[in-house]
Amino acid sequence: MFGIPSNMPSSVFDELWRLQQEVDELFGTWSSPLGIRSVPRGSFPAVNVSLTPERLDVYLFAPGIDPKTLDISMQQNLLTVSGKREVRVEEEADYYRQERFSGEFRRVISLPEDVDPERVEAKYVDGIVQVGVRRRESARPRQIEIQ
Amino acid sequence: MNEAEVAHMVTNTEVSRRGSGAPAQQPADPVAQRTQSVEAPIRPPVDIWEDRDGIVLCADMPGVSKDRLNLRIDGHNLIVEGQVKFELPEDAEALYADVRSSLYRRSFALSGELETGKIEASLKDGVLTVRIPKRAELRPRKIEVRSA
Repeated sequence: MFGIPSNMPSSVFDELWRLQQEVDELFGTWSSPLGIRSVPRGSFPAVNVSLTPERLDVYLFAPGIDPKTLDISMQQNLLTVSGKREVRVEEEADYYRQERFSGEFRRVISLPEDVDPERVEAKYVDGIVQVGVRRRESARPRQIEIQ
Repeated sequence: MNEAEVAHMVTNTEVSRRGSGAPAQQPADPVAQRTQSVEAPIRPPVDIWEDRDGIVLCADMPGVSKDRLNLRIDGHNLIVEGQVKFELPEDAEALYADVRSSLYRRSFALSGELETGKIEASLKDGVLTVRIPKRAELRPRKIEVRSA
Protein backbone atom coordinates (compact mmCIF):
# COMPACT_ATOMS: atom_id res chain seq x y z
CA MET A 1 0.00 0.00 0.00
CA PHE A 2 2.63 2.48 1.08
CA GLY A 3 5.95 2.51 -0.69
CA ILE A 4 8.89 3.52 1.44
CA PRO A 5 10.77 6.25 -0.39
CA SER A 6 14.49 6.29 0.28
CA ASN A 7 14.35 9.76 1.80
CA MET A 8 11.90 8.73 4.52
CA PRO A 9 13.01 10.16 7.81
CA SER A 10 12.83 6.81 9.50
CA SER A 11 15.29 5.08 7.20
CA VAL A 12 18.18 6.65 9.05
CA PHE A 13 16.69 5.49 12.35
CA ASP A 14 16.07 2.09 10.86
CA GLU A 15 19.81 1.68 10.37
CA LEU A 16 20.42 2.56 13.99
CA TRP A 17 17.85 0.02 15.07
CA ARG A 18 19.54 -2.74 13.10
CA LEU A 19 22.83 -1.83 14.68
CA GLN A 20 21.31 -1.80 18.18
CA GLN A 21 19.75 -5.18 17.55
CA GLU A 22 23.03 -6.66 16.40
CA VAL A 23 24.80 -5.30 19.45
CA ASP A 24 22.06 -6.67 21.70
CA GLU A 25 22.35 -10.08 20.09
CA LEU A 26 26.11 -10.11 20.51
CA PHE A 27 26.38 -8.92 24.07
CA GLY A 28 22.93 -9.34 25.55
CA THR A 29 21.36 -6.41 27.31
CA TRP A 30 24.39 -5.72 29.53
CA SER A 31 26.38 -4.39 26.60
CA SER A 32 26.18 -0.68 27.31
CA PRO A 33 25.49 0.98 30.64
CA LEU A 34 22.16 2.78 30.90
CA GLY A 35 22.06 6.54 30.85
CA ILE A 36 21.37 7.62 34.42
CA ARG A 37 18.40 9.69 33.22
CA SER A 38 17.14 7.21 30.65
CA VAL A 39 13.60 5.89 30.92
CA PRO A 40 12.21 2.47 30.05
CA ARG A 41 11.39 1.79 26.43
CA GLY A 42 7.77 2.63 25.73
CA SER A 43 7.64 5.65 28.04
CA PHE A 44 5.66 8.65 26.85
CA PRO A 45 6.67 10.49 24.77
CA ALA A 46 8.88 8.44 22.45
CA VAL A 47 12.04 10.30 21.47
CA ASN A 48 14.29 10.34 18.40
CA VAL A 49 17.48 12.36 18.15
CA SER A 50 19.28 13.20 14.92
CA LEU A 51 22.59 14.93 14.39
CA THR A 52 24.23 16.87 11.58
CA PRO A 53 27.50 18.83 11.69
CA GLU A 54 25.49 22.05 12.17
CA ARG A 55 22.58 21.05 14.34
CA LEU A 56 20.92 18.54 16.56
CA ASP A 57 17.21 17.79 16.48
CA VAL A 58 15.16 16.13 19.17
CA TYR A 59 11.75 14.75 18.16
CA LEU A 60 9.23 14.02 20.87
CA PHE A 61 6.24 11.98 19.74
CA ALA A 62 3.58 13.65 21.88
CA PRO A 63 0.23 13.60 20.10
CA GLY A 64 -2.81 15.44 21.40
CA ILE A 65 -1.15 17.93 23.69
CA ASP A 66 -1.53 21.68 23.90
CA PRO A 67 1.94 23.01 22.97
CA LYS A 68 1.36 25.98 25.30
CA THR A 69 1.48 23.66 28.29
CA LEU A 70 4.89 22.30 27.30
CA ASP A 71 7.88 23.33 29.34
CA ILE A 72 11.11 23.05 27.37
CA SER A 73 14.39 24.11 28.96
CA MET A 74 18.09 23.75 28.31
CA GLN A 75 20.73 23.77 30.98
CA GLN A 76 24.22 23.28 29.62
CA ASN A 77 23.73 20.21 27.46
CA LEU A 78 20.68 18.86 29.29
CA LEU A 79 17.38 19.28 27.54
CA THR A 80 14.31 18.91 29.72
CA VAL A 81 10.83 18.63 28.27
CA SER A 82 7.86 18.33 30.57
CA GLY A 83 4.15 18.62 30.08
CA LYS A 84 0.82 17.05 30.62
CA ARG A 85 -1.57 15.11 28.48
CA GLU A 86 -5.07 14.83 29.73
CA VAL A 87 -7.07 12.11 28.05
CA ARG A 88 -10.72 12.82 28.70
CA VAL A 89 -12.61 9.83 30.03
CA GLU A 90 -16.24 9.55 28.94
CA GLU A 91 -18.37 9.07 32.02
CA GLU A 92 -21.28 7.42 30.25
CA ALA A 93 -19.24 5.00 28.21
CA ASP A 94 -17.95 1.48 28.67
CA TYR A 95 -14.25 1.15 27.96
CA TYR A 96 -12.69 -1.85 26.26
CA ARG A 97 -9.18 -0.52 25.90
CA GLN A 98 -7.27 2.33 27.54
CA GLU A 99 -3.77 2.10 26.16
CA ARG A 100 -3.09 5.78 25.56
CA PHE A 101 -0.96 7.61 28.06
CA SER A 102 -2.66 10.11 30.32
CA GLY A 103 -0.99 12.33 32.88
CA GLU A 104 2.19 14.28 33.40
CA PHE A 105 5.41 13.45 31.65
CA ARG A 106 9.00 14.61 31.80
CA ARG A 107 12.01 13.61 29.80
CA VAL A 108 15.58 14.73 30.29
CA ILE A 109 17.87 14.20 27.35
CA SER A 110 21.61 14.49 27.62
CA LEU A 111 22.95 16.06 24.44
CA PRO A 112 26.52 16.19 23.17
CA GLU A 113 28.71 18.80 24.88
CA ASP A 114 29.07 21.00 21.80
CA VAL A 115 25.45 22.19 21.56
CA ASP A 116 24.75 25.88 22.00
CA PRO A 117 22.09 26.29 24.71
CA GLU A 118 21.45 29.87 23.51
CA ARG A 119 20.28 28.77 20.11
CA VAL A 120 17.28 26.53 20.54
CA GLU A 121 13.98 26.58 18.70
CA ALA A 122 10.92 24.40 19.02
CA LYS A 123 7.80 23.68 17.02
CA TYR A 124 4.81 21.34 17.17
CA VAL A 125 3.59 19.66 13.97
CA ASP A 126 1.15 16.73 13.66
CA GLY A 127 1.75 15.70 17.26
CA ILE A 128 5.55 15.82 17.15
CA VAL A 129 7.54 18.36 19.16
CA GLN A 130 10.74 19.18 17.32
CA VAL A 131 13.47 20.91 19.30
CA GLY A 132 16.36 22.10 17.16
CA VAL A 133 19.67 23.09 18.76
CA ARG A 134 22.62 24.61 16.92
CA ARG A 135 26.07 23.16 17.48
CA ARG A 136 29.05 25.41 18.15
CA GLU A 137 31.22 26.36 15.18
CA SER A 138 34.24 24.68 16.71
CA ALA A 139 32.50 21.32 16.54
CA ARG A 140 32.02 21.46 12.80
CA PRO A 141 34.45 19.98 10.36
CA ARG A 142 36.64 22.72 8.90
CA GLN A 143 38.16 22.87 5.49
CA ILE A 144 41.81 23.78 5.81
CA GLU A 145 43.18 25.68 2.93
CA ILE A 146 46.71 25.12 1.73
CA GLN A 147 48.62 28.36 1.41
CA MET B 1 -8.80 -14.14 11.18
CA ASN B 2 -6.29 -13.18 8.61
CA GLU B 3 -3.79 -10.47 9.35
CA ALA B 4 -6.30 -8.67 11.46
CA GLU B 5 -5.64 -8.39 15.08
CA VAL B 6 -9.01 -9.13 16.50
CA ALA B 7 -10.20 -6.87 19.22
CA HIS B 8 -13.71 -7.87 20.06
CA MET B 9 -15.11 -4.44 20.04
CA VAL B 10 -18.51 -5.32 21.35
CA THR B 11 -18.18 -8.53 23.30
CA ASN B 12 -16.91 -7.38 26.62
CA THR B 13 -13.18 -7.83 26.84
CA GLU B 14 -11.21 -6.98 29.92
CA VAL B 15 -10.41 -3.32 30.06
CA SER B 16 -6.67 -3.03 29.85
CA ARG B 17 -5.13 -0.87 32.49
CA ARG B 18 -3.99 2.55 31.55
CA GLY B 19 -0.53 3.62 32.52
CA SER B 20 2.95 4.48 31.46
CA GLY B 21 3.84 0.82 31.79
CA ALA B 22 2.01 0.00 28.57
CA PRO B 23 4.49 0.26 25.74
CA ALA B 24 3.82 3.01 23.26
CA GLN B 25 5.19 0.89 20.47
CA GLN B 26 4.69 -2.80 20.44
CA PRO B 27 6.23 -5.19 17.99
CA ALA B 28 3.93 -5.95 15.10
CA ASP B 29 2.49 -9.40 14.67
CA PRO B 30 4.58 -11.77 12.54
CA VAL B 31 2.04 -11.94 9.72
CA ALA B 32 2.11 -8.19 9.22
CA GLN B 33 5.89 -8.32 9.25
CA ARG B 34 5.89 -10.80 6.43
CA THR B 35 3.56 -8.78 4.27
CA GLN B 36 5.46 -5.56 4.98
CA SER B 37 8.98 -6.79 4.37
CA VAL B 38 10.70 -3.43 4.54
CA GLU B 39 9.91 -2.45 8.09
CA ALA B 40 7.67 -3.66 10.87
CA PRO B 41 4.77 -1.28 11.40
CA ILE B 42 4.13 0.34 14.74
CA ARG B 43 0.96 -0.67 16.56
CA PRO B 44 -0.50 2.63 17.70
CA PRO B 45 -1.90 2.62 21.26
CA VAL B 46 -5.68 2.98 21.29
CA ASP B 47 -8.58 3.80 23.57
CA ILE B 48 -11.85 2.14 22.61
CA TRP B 49 -15.19 2.79 24.26
CA GLU B 50 -18.85 2.27 23.61
CA ASP B 51 -21.81 4.50 24.32
CA ARG B 52 -25.48 4.42 23.38
CA ASP B 53 -24.88 5.45 19.79
CA GLY B 54 -21.83 3.51 18.84
CA ILE B 55 -18.18 2.80 19.34
CA VAL B 56 -15.37 5.33 19.44
CA LEU B 57 -11.73 4.51 18.75
CA CYS B 58 -8.91 6.92 19.51
CA ALA B 59 -5.40 6.18 18.26
CA ASP B 60 -2.09 7.95 18.86
CA MET B 61 -0.39 8.44 15.50
CA PRO B 62 2.12 11.27 15.85
CA GLY B 63 3.66 12.40 12.60
CA VAL B 64 0.64 11.46 10.50
CA SER B 65 -1.30 14.16 8.70
CA LYS B 66 -4.63 13.78 6.90
CA ASP B 67 -3.05 13.04 3.52
CA ARG B 68 -0.88 10.26 4.96
CA LEU B 69 -3.72 8.55 6.80
CA ASN B 70 -5.39 5.51 5.29
CA LEU B 71 -8.52 4.39 7.08
CA ARG B 72 -10.51 1.67 5.38
CA ILE B 73 -12.94 -1.19 5.77
CA ASP B 74 -11.84 -4.52 4.37
CA GLY B 75 -14.58 -7.11 4.75
CA HIS B 76 -15.45 -6.96 8.43
CA ASN B 77 -12.19 -5.35 9.44
CA LEU B 78 -11.44 -1.75 10.14
CA ILE B 79 -7.86 -1.02 9.10
CA VAL B 80 -5.99 1.98 10.41
CA GLU B 81 -2.80 2.90 8.60
CA GLY B 82 -0.68 5.99 8.49
CA GLN B 83 2.72 7.10 7.41
CA VAL B 84 4.99 9.05 9.75
CA LYS B 85 6.73 12.08 8.38
CA PHE B 86 8.77 14.76 10.05
CA GLU B 87 11.32 17.29 9.00
CA LEU B 88 14.76 15.74 8.99
CA PRO B 89 17.90 17.46 7.66
CA GLU B 90 19.44 15.81 4.59
CA ASP B 91 22.72 14.78 6.15
CA ALA B 92 21.31 13.71 9.52
CA GLU B 93 22.50 10.66 11.34
CA ALA B 94 20.50 9.01 14.10
CA LEU B 95 21.85 9.35 17.62
CA TYR B 96 18.93 7.73 19.38
CA ALA B 97 15.58 6.33 18.27
CA ASP B 98 12.54 5.04 20.11
CA VAL B 99 10.55 5.22 16.87
CA ARG B 100 12.13 3.01 14.22
CA SER B 101 9.40 2.61 11.68
CA SER B 102 7.59 5.06 9.45
CA LEU B 103 4.36 3.11 9.29
CA TYR B 104 1.52 2.66 11.73
CA ARG B 105 -0.90 -0.19 11.27
CA ARG B 106 -3.56 -1.83 13.35
CA SER B 107 -6.80 -3.55 12.46
CA PHE B 108 -9.97 -4.44 14.29
CA ALA B 109 -12.75 -6.89 13.54
CA LEU B 110 -16.11 -5.15 13.52
CA SER B 111 -19.41 -6.74 14.35
CA GLY B 112 -22.63 -6.81 12.36
CA GLU B 113 -24.68 -4.29 14.27
CA LEU B 114 -22.25 -1.50 13.43
CA GLU B 115 -23.05 0.84 10.57
CA THR B 116 -19.79 0.72 8.65
CA GLY B 117 -21.12 3.01 5.94
CA LYS B 118 -21.48 5.87 8.41
CA ILE B 119 -18.05 5.92 10.01
CA GLU B 120 -16.76 9.39 10.85
CA ALA B 121 -13.12 10.17 11.47
CA SER B 122 -11.05 13.16 12.46
CA LEU B 123 -7.33 13.71 12.95
CA LYS B 124 -5.84 16.41 15.13
CA ASP B 125 -2.28 16.81 16.40
CA GLY B 126 -1.54 13.18 15.63
CA VAL B 127 -4.62 11.78 17.37
CA LEU B 128 -7.11 9.88 15.23
CA THR B 129 -10.70 9.64 16.41
CA VAL B 130 -13.06 7.23 14.67
CA ARG B 131 -16.77 7.01 15.47
CA ILE B 132 -18.61 3.90 14.30
CA PRO B 133 -22.37 4.25 14.82
CA LYS B 134 -24.66 1.37 15.68
CA ARG B 135 -27.57 0.69 13.36
CA ALA B 136 -30.42 2.85 14.56
CA GLU B 137 -32.86 -0.03 14.97
CA LEU B 138 -30.35 -1.84 17.19
CA ARG B 139 -29.65 0.94 19.65
CA PRO B 140 -30.78 0.11 23.16
CA ARG B 141 -34.22 1.45 23.94
CA LYS B 142 -35.45 2.19 27.36
CA ILE B 143 -38.82 0.59 27.90
CA GLU B 144 -41.15 2.62 29.98
CA VAL B 145 -43.16 0.77 32.54
CA ARG B 146 -46.56 2.30 33.01
CA SER B 147 -48.29 1.99 36.28
CA ALA B 148 -51.56 0.12 36.09
